[in-house]
Amino acid sequence: MSKDTTITKADAVPSPRDGASGETLLEVTGLTKHFPIHAGFPIKHKVGAVQAVDGIDLTIHTGESFGLVGESGCGKSTTGRLITRLLEPTGGKISYRGRDITRATRKEMMPVRSEIQMIFQDPYSSLNPRQTVGTIIGGPMEINNINPPGGREQRVRELLETVGLNPEHYNRFPHEFSGGQRQRIGVARALALEPKLIVADEPVSALDVSIQAQVVNLLQKVQAEMGIAFLFIAHDLAIVRHFTQRVAVMYLGKIVEVGDRDSIYNRPRHPYTHALLSAVPEVDIDGEDRERIRLAGDVPSPINPPSGCRFRTRCWKARDVCASEEPPLIQLGGNRDGHLTACHFPEEPTIAAREEDIILDPALAAIEGAAEKTL
Amino acid sequence: MTTMTKTEGEPALPGSDPFLSVRDLHVRFSTEDGIVKAVDGLSFDLERGKTLGIVGESGSGKSVTNLTVLGLHNPMSTTVTGEILLDGQELTGASNRTLEKLRGNKMAMIFQDPLTALSPYYTVGRQIAEPFMKHTGASKREGRAKAIEMLEKVGIPQPKTRVDDYPHQFSGGMRQRAMIAMSLICNPDLLIADEPTTALDVTVQAQILDLLKDLQQEFGSAIILITHDLGVVSKIADDLLVMYAGRAVERGSVREVIKSPQHPYTWGLLSSMPRLSSDVNEPLSPIPGTPPSLLNPPTGCAFHPRCEFLDLVGGTRCATDRPDLPAGRGSACHLTAEQKQSVFIEKIQPRLG
Repeated sequence: MSKDTTITKADAVPSPRDGASGETLLEVTGLTKHFPIHAGFPIKHKVGAVQAVDGIDLTIHTGESFGLVGESGCGKSTTGRLITRLLEPTGGKISYRGRDITRATRKEMMPVRSEIQMIFQDPYSSLNPRQTVGTIIGGPMEINNINPPGGREQRVRELLETVGLNPEHYNRFPHEFSGGQRQRIGVARALALEPKLIVADEPVSALDVSIQAQVVNLLQKVQAEMGIAFLFIAHDLAIVRHFTQRVAVMYLGKIVEVGDRDSIYNRPRHPYTHALLSAVPEVDIDGEDRERIRLAGDVPSPINPPSGCRFRTRCWKARDVCASEEPPLIQLGGNRDGHLTACHFPEEPTIAAREEDIILDPALAAIEGAAEKTL
Repeated sequence: MTTMTKTEGEPALPGSDPFLSVRDLHVRFSTEDGIVKAVDGLSFDLERGKTLGIVGESGSGKSVTNLTVLGLHNPMSTTVTGEILLDGQELTGASNRTLEKLRGNKMAMIFQDPLTALSPYYTVGRQIAEPFMKHTGASKREGRAKAIEMLEKVGIPQPKTRVDDYPHQFSGGMRQRAMIAMSLICNPDLLIADEPTTALDVTVQAQILDLLKDLQQEFGSAIILITHDLGVVSKIADDLLVMYAGRAVERGSVREVIKSPQHPYTWGLLSSMPRLSSDVNEPLSPIPGTPPSLLNPPTGCAFHPRCEFLDLVGGTRCATDRPDLPAGRGSACHLTAEQKQSVFIEKIQPRLG
């Protein structure tokens, strides 16, 4: 991170490194977060709970980038906030470098907080409009009382260069920057304390298409150069595939499938992963060889999730056992090491087109059924 | 095939009958900071039963164009010049009364966010039936029956009971289905869908896109689909118009634009988004810079400050001389046809993987 790095250089991307050193950085077991629902008058009492995250296990290794995908309401953002301890977990255990931080006090968290940083989704609401860029990026150093050699201001200017912004903009306010530039400020703030792990919660989804790629490349650059581990939370499957080495698929507060990138994207076993992948609108016009699965309806409410396997209400393979017994997250025969699936009746490990499309949506089935009959 | 011609007032190709024809449309807003040229000389045609996709980033003028077609802009602060012909009827200077007769009846719109587009105060059924009752003079009872029929068509379970629900009782996907039911109830000839799936989850998006495509076959409406996602248009559009800074920069059939794009901006859009089949070790190639402000757009070709291929044209032509979009398939760029072809094959195609 020399001072004379030019902006163009800052945007150049080194080839992504496949290197996770294999050392466990963060381990999460049985993590649970239930948000209570209160109602009643005059004395409010608890009437239920939103089961946002309901017992998930995951491991992030040093320097690795780990993707978390799923639809809205599946608990992926809550997971990110639990790991950074911005939310208090209801149950489970988070250990960082072997230390249990689940119930760590504010004081105990201090050294850990500087090593786990977060990048937020919305670059407009995550920067204080009344602070200059210098104050925003220098803030973490001030709070942690870190005095880098050459002074904090010098360090902030270096960081601005690293993320491809002009160091002269030290005294500007966030409103003077565009969305993409603001997100770069957010990245610089996260880098200020040289963290070991960055939780990036939908870091590019609020940006225009042409700007998304700039920020993805920047994140990839800092990941490779500084060896920072990433928990990359996103709903865009193509971007997650591009950015991460291992991926977990979440559905209604549970991880339904986890594995390395190739395994998840080319040899998925869980029906939900199949449905998710087949729903991605691809630019390829001739991509007729992919399977077509259209689920019915939306994700059920996490207030009262289905018993057993949570995906069973939208699954085409569901049987009685799916309602009574929750499938464990296990390695199925024929899967690569570390590829775990939670399903009683897993699918074939392929994404090629099936003989018959799976159409569960009643309107689509009606129209397409009628069209077939007239043919 | 939809024919699209560029120059002002030029008659459509003989034998074809464009159902919607927009000619040299200019839309300007006066604001405190100056005049915003939201749409700057846009022309396109759309035939019955066809789908036109309009792609562009935020601020490219794609939504404004379509609000103007429907006459939903604020007449106090907006200046509209040019021609909008719907089935031979001129819409640019039309009175509110004329437009009211057309809206919901001959042309309808699906908005991006169904929660804000539906009124929280009325039941879904009432809102769906409203255009039908207004335009056909049907009674409340007939309207309700029709609303149930439409809800069934768009795949809402138990339509007989759900018709009396309020929008907050519907999920996001169901609300968008209700919007579709409302827009199709009078069997419109033109349906404008402005980012209809952006607010939805990916599995629901796939359902809604397929539903729109299937219903179009049944109803025979022409659709204008506005989106920023090239993947979405490639699924359901026949023709494609790429917009940048209020102007169309490239047009052609979806296959032509996606398989052999000609404009540097289209190249940039295609190579900046990863695909499920692309090489993960290949870094993305973003478009440098940011979209321009429409208060003070760049001179000449609006894309020139971000363009990688200025040197190929040479001189200051790109900065001074605004390229025109030719009629039919083509792009508004000073590169010659051979240059476009060779740059695409040598530099762009390898990036796409």
